[in-house]
Amino acid sequence: MTQLTTPPRPAVGLGTTRHLPAWAPYAALAVSAAFSGAVLALAGFNTAGWLVLTAVVFTVLLVSASRAVEGPRKATDRFVTSLVVGAFLLALIPLVSVAWTVVSNGAARFDVEFFTYSMRGIVGEGGGAAHAIAGTLIITAITTVISVPIGILTAVYLVEYGRGSVARTITFLVDVMTGIPSIVAGLFSVALFTLLLGPGVRLGIMGSVALCVLMIPVVVRSTEEILRLVPHELREASYALGVPKWRTVVKVVLRTSVAGIGTGVTLAIARVIGETAPLLVTLGVTSAINYNPFDGRMSTLPTFAWFSYATPTLPVEASIDRAWTAALVLVILVMLFNLIARIVSRAFSPKTR
Amino acid sequence: MSTTTPTRPPAATNAVRQRPGDRIFKGVATASGLAILVILAGVAAFLLYQAYPALVAPAADIAGGEGFWKYTAELVFGTALSAALALVIGAPLGVGIALFITHYAPRKLAAPLGYVIDLLAAIPSIVYGLWGVFVFAPALVPIYAWLADNLGWLPLFAGPVSSGRTMLTAGLVLAVMILPVITALSREVFRQTPTLQQEAALALGATRWEMVKYAVIPYGKSGVVAASMLGLGRALGETMAVAAVLSVAGGVTFNLISTQNPGTIAANIALQFPESTGLGVNLLVATGLVLFVITFLVNFAARAIVARTSKG
Repeated sequence: MTQLTTPPRPAVGLGTTRHLPAWAPYAALAVSAAFSGAVLALAGFNTAGWLVLTAVVFTVLLVSASRAVEGPRKATDRFVTSLVVGAFLLALIPLVSVAWTVVSNGAARFDVEFFTYSMRGIVGEGGGAAHAIAGTLIITAITTVISVPIGILTAVYLVEYGRGSVARTITFLVDVMTGIPSIVAGLFSVALFTLLLGPGVRLGIMGSVALCVLMIPVVVRSTEEILRLVPHELREASYALGVPKWRTVVKVVLRTSVAGIGTGVTLAIARVIGETAPLLVTLGVTSAINYNPFDGRMSTLPTFAWFSYATPTLPVEASIDRAWTAALVLVILVMLFNLIARIVSRAFSPKTR
Repeated sequence: MSTTTPTRPPAATNAVRQRPGDRIFKGVATASGLAILVILAGVAAFLLYQAYPALVAPAADIAGGEGFWKYTAELVFGTALSAALALVIGAPLGVGIALFITHYAPRKLAAPLGYVIDLLAAIPSIVYGLWGVFVFAPALVPIYAWLADNLGWLPLFAGPVSSGRTMLTAGLVLAVMILPVITALSREVFRQTPTLQQEAALALGATRWEMVKYAVIPYGKSGVVAASMLGLGRALGETMAVAAVLSVAGGVTFNLISTQNPGTIAANIALQFPESTGLGVNLLVATGLVLFVITFLVNFAARAIVARTSKG
């Protein structure tokens, strides 16, 4: 009875104590899911439509309930919360879909033959990507061997030696360089080697040069960030002991940051190993194993996947299956390098305790 | 006693002794730094050298027969249209996701969720291309058919719809690819919002959205702009996904859901290059040079904004 005598509180403004109960969103979700399911059961059910309708009904339901009970400000807040959560869930859809597609389509040819055979003399079904896997590993290895020293030394220059406008310009240009389209890097390599060796040349090393343009700035950026984290006291302690600067850099600064550098390099490898466009214009296409990057065309996993899709041989399904499996192997390689990067950062970081 | 005192070397306290090792190491490091400048200059110079024959060639010799600039203009239009679509779709989503990770998700889950979004960046573009052609494009056909039926009076959705390999599909795939770029940088700036300002807003009785609107977004605005421009740069230069997904017929059109689309510079190079010889190669390199200049300017502007923000 006392409740009846209390004056009705205003629904809006300061002092509002009326809230939707904590279970309200879950209840709204259950109701909207059931409602959407019922509607679509009449109209013809499909999962995507059901999810979208559920999201819309849920948002409308929750926001209008909130508006009635809690007032417009809270209602707006709940509306934005739904939008933001929705944005995140929306981004998961392509991720899950890509992962599922690659695994399920790639599994068909994920067999021993794929890893042990090249495409030489293969007509129709069968065959494998041994030549492409070899090419990917060789070209990525060469790229790493060229890029890592240049990248690390550039970072050392920027952090330890570089002063004034030159260093600032280089820092800025490295940032800009990370945005060079990969196809442009490929064309640069083509232009360079056309000048050196004449037109129409296709070599493994051309692909490596193109990938270096993409990899060096990534290595510089990650290394630079790590080197700047090394405390100045360590350098000063080393100088105080009379250690030359270059030995200080090598034995103290680089040693302290080796875990971070290793992580950065591994992530850089993971980035360039999946590059397709620069290799497409520099390597050409071949179906046989070629271990020599200085002589003749090479194949890599991304270009193999591309040509299997773009210029399939009969039967088309066999070609497409090979493309998917090449994509799967590529994704596994990229994930492997990402995993290695995490392990490296765990294993080599200096022990603080 | 004075005889036992060793003779001190002439004071070395002021002048830092330059050891050969120091000089060599400094030289090597400096050379590496300068190599960056040389590489970047080399990219521009070699592209220009190889592009020159196409720039001066008579119009009739260029593919299409109407000269270099006409040939490039169509591709520039296609590139800009696909990248703009990607940005219009990707930027709000990316900012929303960044807000979710920094201000809405449970604190403990923030890092893993950020890692999940970063996974989108780890997927090679060729995989996006295959996925776009075989899964995404067919899935969109019913939606396009609906758009053409109901919004067909808009030039954007004129149709006709035959397959999903349209400009809109290319834009959507690009949007997915630039999401992690935009999210990563936006996340950084949102996280750096002064905690005191956020807490003050909440203490004044602001709801979470009002706190975000008045404390977080104004603080991170320029960072979001820079992040979007980096995403734009990425979308402009993306090659394989567009090459696989987009069905090209040439011409300039704003019709987003037909299969008669203008190509993009990068995808056009990837598609034409393997069969090109002679002047054809020069022509493609010249279009690549145009792409290089465009992306360079976009990235330059984005980085300038970032640099100004982090200083101020």
